[in-house]
Amino acid sequence: MEAAKLARYARRRRANWLGLALSTVAMALGLAVLLWILAVLLKNGLAAIDLAMFTRDTPAPGSEGGGLRNAIVGSLLMLGLTVAVASPIGVLAGIYLAEYGATSKTAELTRFVTDIMLSAPSIVLGLFVYAIAVATVGHFSGFAGSLALALIAIPVVVRTTDNMLRLVPGSLREAAFALGAPRWKVSLMVTLRAARAGVITGVLLAIARISGETAPLLFTALNNQFFSTDMSSPMANLPVVIFQFAMSPYDNWIRLAWGGALLITLAVLAINIVARVWFRERAPS
Amino acid sequence: MPPANATPAAPPPNAIEVRHLNFFYGQFQGLKDVSLDVVERKVTAFIGPSGCGKSTLLRTFNRMYSLYPGQRAEGEVSFYGENVLDGKQDLNLLRARIGMVFQKPTPFPMSVYDNIAFGVRLYENLSRSAMDDRVEWALTKAALWGEVKDKLKQSGLSLSGGQQQRLCIARSVAVKPSVLLLDEPTSALDPISTGKVEELVHELKKDYTIAIVTHNMQQAARVSDYTAYMYLGELIEYGETDHLFVNPRDKRTQDYITGRHG
Repeated sequence: MEAAKLARYARRRRANWLGLALSTVAMALGLAVLLWILAVLLKNGLAAIDLAMFTRDTPAPGSEGGGLRNAIVGSLLMLGLTVAVASPIGVLAGIYLAEYGATSKTAELTRFVTDIMLSAPSIVLGLFVYAIAVATVGHFSGFAGSLALALIAIPVVVRTTDNMLRLVPGSLREAAFALGAPRWKVSLMVTLRAARAGVITGVLLAIARISGETAPLLFTALNNQFFSTDMSSPMANLPVVIFQFAMSPYDNWIRLAWGGALLITLAVLAINIVARVWFRERAPS
Repeated sequence: MPPANATPAAPPPNAIEVRHLNFFYGQFQGLKDVSLDVVERKVTAFIGPSGCGKSTLLRTFNRMYSLYPGQRAEGEVSFYGENVLDGKQDLNLLRARIGMVFQKPTPFPMSVYDNIAFGVRLYENLSRSAMDDRVEWALTKAALWGEVKDKLKQSGLSLSGGQQQRLCIARSVAVKPSVLLLDEPTSALDPISTGKVEELVHELKKDYTIAIVTHNMQQAARVSDYTAYMYLGELIEYGETDHLFVNPRDKRTQDYITGRHG
């Protein structure tokens, strides 16, 4: 080959090498930060995780030991209620967008608003719930906390459901209509079924998203030093406990904050892994 | 004087009569003044190059196009005297009587059994054993029973492509429609599966009126009694298959079936 062509080829190889090197560095940087966070969490958190963390409640200022039982239970209760409320609403709204509204003005508007909600600062949503569900009744409550979390979770579920349903091939829908099935039956029994792996993944990712949210709980559920399953009163929860304990002067509080942080991280990690594996194995090919 | 028993046989009745049908995708006209009859308990094949409107025509028979805003039909499609294009037509009931099978197999994400039972349950409340019988009957009709009788609980998606397509045919047959529309039912299948589906079409026409769209002229010649050749949204020629393939009246039909066009 002529020298000019070879020179061009050599230049392209150098450019290729440079591009590859830069992306590798960027990837390594991102991964390193993640590993660093995990390492610090594990180093400080592992020491805090023991049986007492799950059996004892948050300690009063100045007292020894203690655990996170009330916060763990409170978080689970609020998450459970949130999921119970947000998934049906989110999935049904997603069905509306993908199956009924499709390209209508209402659907376009709903998608737009949902996208805004997706990126709305969670502290704003918390403040909103404070105004309508805390200030009006005069006290913080687990219900208000769940409401704030639901406002964050619903748009996530709506959008994933909408997207997953729209991935279902139109031919499948047509085949069901061709049998004389009414639209609601086509939606619920055929398309939703075909997209169920993706829809469930959406719900799982929404849980992962809200399980670490602190801002919306600060002025809705607040916190509770004692064990309580009464959702109409203030409720202990991991994020707010971590927030308060991490900034405290007490060693045992700080230790518990690390333990709680590690717990949430591991839970979110587990949910993400489950969601991904689930989706990969059951996604329609 | 003719003998008494030589009264001419009444011509077979028409299941579907299309008159001056125009079809529009928004501004684009997909069908231009199409008129033809689909004869009861015969196989009518629609051939022509891609985009000629043969699938479009099929999709007016069961109003499939009504799923999509912007698509509309003008003229008349009469199904045993009832105008299908009438705005008051109940689409679900219409589609229960005019079944359709698509190009790609579309098994529902449920068991083989439920794939068949899904359509039946829409209109009939059968006992467990009556439903079992219906499922077996439909699968037998579609020449699939022997292959899947031990896999009824398995997902319909686990079957091979050819089996999936016969499952879809069984699913349509199970609701006992009077007309079956087949939209290129074998274009995604291998030759052996294609052969099975073709045999099936031959078998099914004893009980059903069949309209089949195909890209494959040999297939049209093999399976159909009547053939319609369409080109650019127009019905160019329509007649008995034997006649159309051997002795086409129109130059364009002749060019197409001899492979000089399309």
